[in-house]
Amino acid sequence: MISTNLLAVFYLISGVLFILALRGLSSPETSRRGNLYGIIGMALAIGVTILSVGNFSYGFLYLIIFLAIGGSIGAFIAFKIPMTAMPELVAGFHSLVGLAAVFVAISAFLNPTVFNLGIPGAIKIASLIEMSLGAAIGAITFTGSIIAFLKLRGIMSGSPIIFFGQHYLNLLLGILLVILIFYLCKTQTDIWFWTIVVISLLVGVLLIIPIGGADMPVVISMLNSYSGWAAAGIGFTLENSALIITGALVGSSGAILSYIMCKGMNRSFLNVILGGWGAEQSSSSTSSKEQKPVKNGNADDAAFLMKNASSVIIVPGYGMAVAQAQHALREMVDALKKNGVKVSYAIHPVAGRMPGHMNVLLAEANVPYDEVFELEEINNDFANCDVAYVIGANDVTNPVAKSDPKSPIFGMPVLDVEKSKSVLFVKRSLSPGYAGIDNDLFYRDNTLMLFADAKKMTEEIVKNL
Amino acid sequence: MEIDPFIFRLSIFILSIFIGYYVVWSVTPSLHTPLMSVTNAISSVIIVGAVIAALAGDSNEIFNTANIFGFLAILLAAINIFGGFLVTQRMLAMYKKKQKDKK
Repeated sequence: MISTNLLAVFYLISGVLFILALRGLSSPETSRRGNLYGIIGMALAIGVTILSVGNFSYGFLYLIIFLAIGGSIGAFIAFKIPMTAMPELVAGFHSLVGLAAVFVAISAFLNPTVFNLGIPGAIKIASLIEMSLGAAIGAITFTGSIIAFLKLRGIMSGSPIIFFGQHYLNLLLGILLVILIFYLCKTQTDIWFWTIVVISLLVGVLLIIPIGGADMPVVISMLNSYSGWAAAGIGFTLENSALIITGALVGSSGAILSYIMCKGMNRSFLNVILGGWGAEQSSSSTSSKEQKPVKNGNADDAAFLMKNASSVIIVPGYGMAVAQAQHALREMVDALKKNGVKVSYAIHPVAGRMPGHMNVLLAEANVPYDEVFELEEINNDFANCDVAYVIGANDVTNPVAKSDPKSPIFGMPVLDVEKSKSVLFVKRSLSPGYAGIDNDLFYRDNTLMLFADAKKMTEEIVKNL
Repeated sequence: MEIDPFIFRLSIFILSIFIGYYVVWSVTPSLHTPLMSVTNAISSVIIVGAVIAALAGDSNEIFNTANIFGFLAILLAAINIFGGFLVTQRMLAMYKKKQKDKK
């Protein structure tokens, strides 16, 4: 129905629309239009593909049914999901892209004639390599994302699972995959293809289990990147430019996010992937901290301090998401603003469990985005600020990162919270954060510890204002 | 000698990586979560492969193994496409500027 050339032009248009969709995200004003471009691009790609196949018999009916079922499930999830569950949702979605890539690769392997790849048993070598790569990366994305999902959801413990020889095993399996792809090309036998899929599924699990909970921002970004490369691999197999363009865009997007997250922790990508941060540290740091004095405050003190301040900076972290304290926080800020206090928010790049996690939660609580600042934008302001209200963050405020070269987090960019006149630190106990090290900030003279649940404490402060 | 079409596809791929690189660096950090959900949605354009696989062959044998995998892939990709774009829309709708005139 549509000539191959025309089809290619339409795919190109879809690809351009996807680029515009990402481009729109450079500012919140243009982002909504960007999303619309993305939707149009997707509708176009699906529409012209259906027209190009031109098979409007039973198959078409089933296609509509499957599309409708999938679409309704997706729409239902999209409307029901609470904003705090966004990291799990994204991980879950990644696993679906991965599995879809595997299915398409399997389909292409079983029925190569439809895609002009040759006939079963004599598939073009290049296509075989491309589809095995697509299937392998897809399978890794699938199981890897499921592990990430389980960890984020709390079904699986967030602590790293490490066993002897883990990295060698991964290396071995990686080499094995290359050998298998070689044999597949040589013999064209099904069994090698299925083995590639199964081993890749295993690799996905093994890659993610050693990575701890707070490293999830890197993991999610990395899986995001993988899902892109999987799509690109399938794009090469199917000779489809829309898929190649999109795969490359998504792949590089995920890679950049991983890089930003790693930089936010001052760790190399390899260091995160090899995993196990905190595991070796936790034993040594537990001793000898009990003696140091801590100033303990209550909601009344906190309210008094903030009411009489002229500027307050709020530092949210993962604890705020866990306690769902963003709405209470917003109420507190409203009350402070009525008292003429200037309030802004400081977000560390790795606060939360995924890139931009805190920003979404604050946006959900109706915090205007121009009151929310990134680390570099606001870090100098702490020196002129009266009160820093740290809610659910820990390691990202630890001054040790600047002073103690022996500390595992040394060199990590941190918020200079300690420079403000007084620090209010909402935390349930003195337990160390994810990095397994003590936060020096707790024992400073200008720090007042508020031991409570983040949401309850914030609500109490609101009452006292 | 003619250039292998693979080289053209490779060129598209490499250039798209560069476009992705520059476009994504200009995404504001506060929109990184929507960025992830939208990239998720658009990577489900893999559905085009699924559609071709599912509709292949004549209607009598529409439930070949290869076709079934195609239909399953359509289902998964559709969840992602609708879920991804809608949840992105929902998030983006929450980002508001400071209201200048207080009521």
